[in-house]
Amino acid sequence: MIRAALALCVALLAALAPLAAQDSMPPAPYAYTQLEDPRLEAEASALMHTLRCLKCQSQSIADSDAAMAGDMRHQVRTRILAGESPEQIRRWLIARYGDYVSYEPEVSATTWPLFAVPALVILIVAAVLLRRLGRRRSDADDDAGETA
Amino acid sequence: MRNRLFLWVPLALFAFFAGLAAFMLTQPKDEFVESTMIGQPLPDFALKPAFGGLPGAAKADLVGGQPRLLNVWASWCLPCIAEAPQLEELRQKGVEIVGIAIRDRPEDVADFLARYGNPYSRVGSDPISEVQLAIGSSGVPETFVIDSKGIIRYQHIGDIRESDVPKLMAELEKAR
Repeated sequence: MIRAALALCVALLAALAPLAAQDSMPPAPYAYTQLEDPRLEAEASALMHTLRCLKCQSQSIADSDAAMAGDMRHQVRTRILAGESPEQIRRWLIARYGDYVSYEPEVSATTWPLFAVPALVILIVAAVLLRRLGRRRSDADDDAGETA
Repeated sequence: MRNRLFLWVPLALFAFFAGLAAFMLTQPKDEFVESTMIGQPLPDFALKPAFGGLPGAAKADLVGGQPRLLNVWASWCLPCIAEAPQLEELRQKGVEIVGIAIRDRPEDVADFLARYGNPYSRVGSDPISEVQLAIGSSGVPETFVIDSKGIIRYQHIGDIRESDVPKLMAELEKAR
């Protein structure tokens, strides 16, 4: 029974394989090859961890094995090698795909409430706490005054 | 009494967010990443021919004359087979279609076009998705309307269905 189930699974996988067909081309030169200069590679790697893979949207391009992520890593490394700063490369990608492509939080017309709301909440909490604590202290002072 | 009503506010908030989350879970996920290059000029590029039969593609080939379609595709992409008849239909309506073959081999490109028809005037080879990234395309197939000044005017994501042809014709007309 288990064997039959296994055989069925294998057959299903074999049937599904063509659906997942990707290209058979070798990856771009810098998709899986690090830069020679460790300092530049560190810069590139840090940037790649904060860029979204467009094919597999919950991964960064550093984590993804999708061919397109490889091509994006190639872009990042060759641009770093050509002297561009990580921020320039991020801007270049954001100009093409919107800030969705970047995992680095960005304050923009649509995202500012995300930053404003917590600040507002902290202010409100601070105001309430100050009022309550202030009241309690003056109560305590009054008590002290009465017992003296 | 007023204070007691106030006590329900956190529960109401919680119910609101739980309801919102439940509702959003039932909504289909939009997987498409749209290009933010619409309205921008096509970046400079010059691609070698993707196979022996047609010339390669460069920005200069898409500037001047009538608006054109720039079709990003690949021989290994299944939806590209599905949109082949629609591309042929657009070609017969007089639309020039320039192709960019992503991570493809000349023999595969030639084989694909022999099998499913060749609607292209040129096909450039983009083995490392360089031009694809430069125009903000995130997959295959995608089709861009390029006006005579070389400005990207419209992006169609995914295969072109029969029902998409009028929309593309209208966008081409608008780009005139």
